[in-house]
Amino acid sequence: MRHRRTSIGPTIPSREISPEPSYVARRQVMTGAAVFAAAGAVELGARRAFSATVPAPDLAALTYRKGPLGTDEAQTPLKDVTSYNNFYEFGTDKGDPGQTAHTLKVRPWTVTCEGEIGKPQVLDIDTLLKLFPLEERVYRLRCVEAWSMVIPWVGFPLASLIKKLEPTSKAKFLAFTTLHAPDQMPGQRRPVLDWPYVEGLRMDEGLHPLTLLAVGLYGKSLPNQCGAPLRLVVPWKYGYKSIKSIVKLRFVEKQPPTSWNLSAPNEYGFYSNVNPDVDHPRWSQARERRIGEFIRRKTLPFNGYADQVASLYAGMDLRANY
Amino acid sequence: MAAAEKEAGGKSRLLKRGVGLLAMIPAGVIVFRFFTDGLGANPIATALNQLGLWTLILLLASLTCTPLKIVLGWKWPLKVRKMLGLCAFFYVCLHFAVYIGVDQFPPTVDEIYKDILKRKFITVGFFAFLLLIPLAITSSSKMVKRLGFTRWKRLHRLVYVAAAAGVVHFIWRVKADLFEPLIYAGVLALLLAIRLVAHLRDRRAGVAKPVS
Ligand code: HEM
Repeated sequence: MRHRRTSIGPTIPSREISPEPSYVARRQVMTGAAVFAAAGAVELGARRAFSATVPAPDLAALTYRKGPLGTDEAQTPLKDVTSYNNFYEFGTDKGDPGQTAHTLKVRPWTVTCEGEIGKPQVLDIDTLLKLFPLEERVYRLRCVEAWSMVIPWVGFPLASLIKKLEPTSKAKFLAFTTLHAPDQMPGQRRPVLDWPYVEGLRMDEGLHPLTLLAVGLYGKSLPNQCGAPLRLVVPWKYGYKSIKSIVKLRFVEKQPPTSWNLSAPNEYGFYSNVNPDVDHPRWSQARERRIGEFIRRKTLPFNGYADQVASLYAGMDLRANY
Repeated sequence: MAAAEKEAGGKSRLLKRGVGLLAMIPAGVIVFRFFTDGLGANPIATALNQLGLWTLILLLASLTCTPLKIVLGWKWPLKVRKMLGLCAFFYVCLHFAVYIGVDQFPPTVDEIYKDILKRKFITVGFFAFLLLIPLAITSSSKMVKRLGFTRWKRLHRLVYVAAAAGVVHFIWRVKADLFEPLIYAGVLALLLAIRLVAHLRDRRAGVAKPVS
């Protein structure tokens, strides 16, 4: 048997150096190696997120006082809070936002307040930051994907802003909108969700003292990947309710659309209260992994805030209103 | 002649071992990173996902061998097909072991059973795993002889079903961004299409030939 190969390059074909089957096998091994190296490179490239180090951004320190209602559980390290994010505007891998969110421009920034209110206005973020005293709230954050963190947020109660805007009697719900700017938010260049991201709360949920508008965490301004410069934090609901990088707050009479509900209505409801008894088709909600822990812990109803918020839903069927 | 054959056999053994060794590198990297804080904030989920992904990559790699021969006439990939299939099985075993032994720790039969039945993406993943077990068991040439080649071949066609179930498992797992799983779906579809075309062509050729 003779292998024919037209060789134009090397003056001494490898077949003249080693016996035939040997160079064939070597070529094969090398091809195999190349195939795997290529597969590995593609894979590592696609998932570069996990090995690359996230440069610590230079964020402004905030002046705040310790607020009430916090937990004294161990706080999730800043490194994890800033490198494991679901913020699809910056990519769908949880490592993506930490890598790509530096393109977000958080100044100048305005928040449009409109709809059923006595004082519609466009608020500049720096004005907004001075309107209310800032306080720290250490809250549990429970993601619908069955993991959780404990984060020291800095912000002010959403209720303070709502009251200042003087809602009319028709204002029954709040509708929030995230910035839509594909040039700054690379994830918005693909139709993964129907951009811009929108979320909503019932008025009594928005007025609840636990509900926070956060402008920082760990004592400093919000890192971009965590929803800078202004985000909602509703600790008894799954994380996706806590909309990030808010540019608009509209007061409305009817229940507003919400992004994940539009994307998969049978999986994500409007209320999205943390509920260990109602499973999501992809994740059992009975247990969760606290980031940094090995064994899953039991998930608590309303993420452990039942004493404060369960009364908001008295008489409601929480299975139907998931 | 016998010596040359023996030599060729030795080389193809070398090839197989080389491929097997290379295929172990990702597992090594994952284990290394797991114990050196290199898998990010949620190392268990990351390890699980990466093992699942490598299962799929190796499964598709094993299914690429025959199409390479059909399209390019290369014969050598056929020599590593079995090795790639066994490596895929090794990864799915790790994937499953990490799911049971780490992700769901402490595992209880009741919880796991419910989890596998309730979460449909896990149901199909488990189905794919079950399909691969008999294929791994019957992978030796002794087993080919025992079953008879035709029966063995028919049994091993299950690998397509397993691969398709693996892709569906991936598609159903992701929340909204189907881009990555659809790439794998596309590759699988292409590989199947090549075989189908070759099959139809062979059949036509077979029909055209007078049966003697
Ligand atoms: C041939 C069989 C299988 C293949 C090809 C496969 C492949 C995959 C792939 C590609 C992923 C997603 C990777 C990513 O998103 O980056 C995944 C995730 C997952 N697989 Fe599998 N898998 C298989 C079998 C199984 C089995 C038997 C189980 C458990 C009973 C299982 C449980 C899981 C779980 C729980 C995840 C999600 C992990 C997480 O998000 O935390 N898989 N698998």
